[in-house]
Amino acid sequence: MKLSEFFSMGGYAFYVWGSYLVAFIAIGGEVVLLWRRRHAQKQAGFVFPESNTDEKTS
Amino acid sequence: MAKRKINWYKYASPVNFYPIAGRMIPWFAIPAAILFVIGLYVGFIKAPPDFQQGEVYRIIFIHVPAAWMGMFLYIIMAIYAGIGWAFNARLSSMMASSISITGAMFTFLSLVTGSLWGKPTWGTWWVWDARMTSTLILMFLYIGFISLQAAIDDPRRADRAGAVLALVGVINIPIIYFSVQWWNTLHQGATIRILNKPTMAPPMLAAMLIMLAACWLYSIAIVLYRLRCIIVERERSALQVAAAAA
Amino acid sequence: MFRWMVQRDLTLAWRRRADVMSTLFFFVIVVSLFPLSIGPETQLLRSIAPGVVWVAALLASMLSLGRLFANDYQDGTLEQMLLTPQPLYLIVLAKVLASWLVSGVPLALMSPILGLQFGLPGNSLSVLVLSLILGTPVLALIGSIGAALTLGLRGAGVLIALLVLPLYIPVLIFGAGAVDASINGVSAQANLSLLGAVLAIAFVFSPWATSAALRISLE
Repeated sequence: MKLSEFFSMGGYAFYVWGSYLVAFIAIGGEVVLLWRRRHAQKQAGFVFPESNTDEKTS
Repeated sequence: MAKRKINWYKYASPVNFYPIAGRMIPWFAIPAAILFVIGLYVGFIKAPPDFQQGEVYRIIFIHVPAAWMGMFLYIIMAIYAGIGWAFNARLSSMMASSISITGAMFTFLSLVTGSLWGKPTWGTWWVWDARMTSTLILMFLYIGFISLQAAIDDPRRADRAGAVLALVGVINIPIIYFSVQWWNTLHQGATIRILNKPTMAPPMLAAMLIMLAACWLYSIAIVLYRLRCIIVERERSALQVAAAAA
Repeated sequence: MFRWMVQRDLTLAWRRRADVMSTLFFFVIVVSLFPLSIGPETQLLRSIAPGVVWVAALLASMLSLGRLFANDYQDGTLEQMLLTPQPLYLIVLAKVLASWLVSGVPLALMSPILGLQFGLPGNSLSVLVLSLILGTPVLALIGSIGAALTLGLRGAGVLIALLVLPLYIPVLIFGAGAVDASINGVSAQANLSLLGAVLAIAFVFSPWATSAALRISLE
């Protein structure tokens, strides 16, 4: 397929690329929002469970 | 030879599961990203244009997996919620709450991509066919679950109330689906709109399955990541005490 | 105990007649809004009548849900009910029955008059009443689950709607479908039977879910 055909998607570029753009925003948005939530937790001084320290307690 | 007994119940504790979830995430996130790329490659480069729909059918590579994820995740959410309620397992309920957001996202995505697929193929932005209408109702069910949990301050009451709602929802889904099918066939009338599924050449099917697998892996990774955030928030006081005592 | 509960709730409802009447007036007013918004053309009104009356009945039923447990919850009686040796299932069923007698039945009985306003023919009117008689108990039963889940929450009124309206959809489809069928000269039998089946399922399962929800909301 030629590159110009690829981008125009038979004239349906808006619908096809629009769909994938929305998907990218939805999935990417989910990841970004979660990352920010995590970051806010760190900023706010939440305590995080430590990995592999439960061997200390008997 | 001494038998090593693994105390599995230990990992039902949110704080103990937290590091395990953290180690699991990369094993799902990285393959998910890879499969997304492969799936899109196969779908756009390897798969030929459709006989009827031309290029526009390629939306199905995201629309169909999103729709399926929306449905599967609701059922899994209900199962986790039910287990959390029946066994008083906080971690299970936290999983349900984590899944709800991702499930709602996929359902929403399915509605939007369905609409974007509908406009060029059926001529309108929305068609009240059985599938789209059922997906819309599923969206309402997710919104109900999320709103209910958001409205309740006490986390355990929120967990249990969510469980009742999710289980009632799951039982209702077949009834709702049947009634929407019924409604759709009754009102066919002059305009008969059928979702045109393209006849699937092997690369098309392959692309769709690869994308579905990618969505599954992504869902597991993101749900575990959100679960970790939820654990940190809900176990806050217990963690602070433990840190102070250490 | 069951009969006593029903009588008690009916007496209490009688003392608050105004609340009950207001649900009925809401029903009438909402139905009347549609001709005002769409125009008085008879053919059009006749075709939308089943949907309009049914949606209005749905909304009016939902309004009455807020009252189902709230009053008993506020004065502590509900907690006492949870503590009695009587099965909560029966108490819930009694309260739902009383609530239906007081809100659902009047709606169903009022509907022919509204149907006439929309130009529905005679036999469709009887199908309308029958569909509402079968459907409003389901609305009350399913609605009670939502009422129990949202007990004491701020914004409970709107939240009940969010939770319960999706679950109402099958009832709406079969109920309005029955009337629609009779307008088009087709038998309403199938829709009414399906409605009856949904009623049977709701009757068996929903008091159990409502009891569970009450226990969750009250502990």
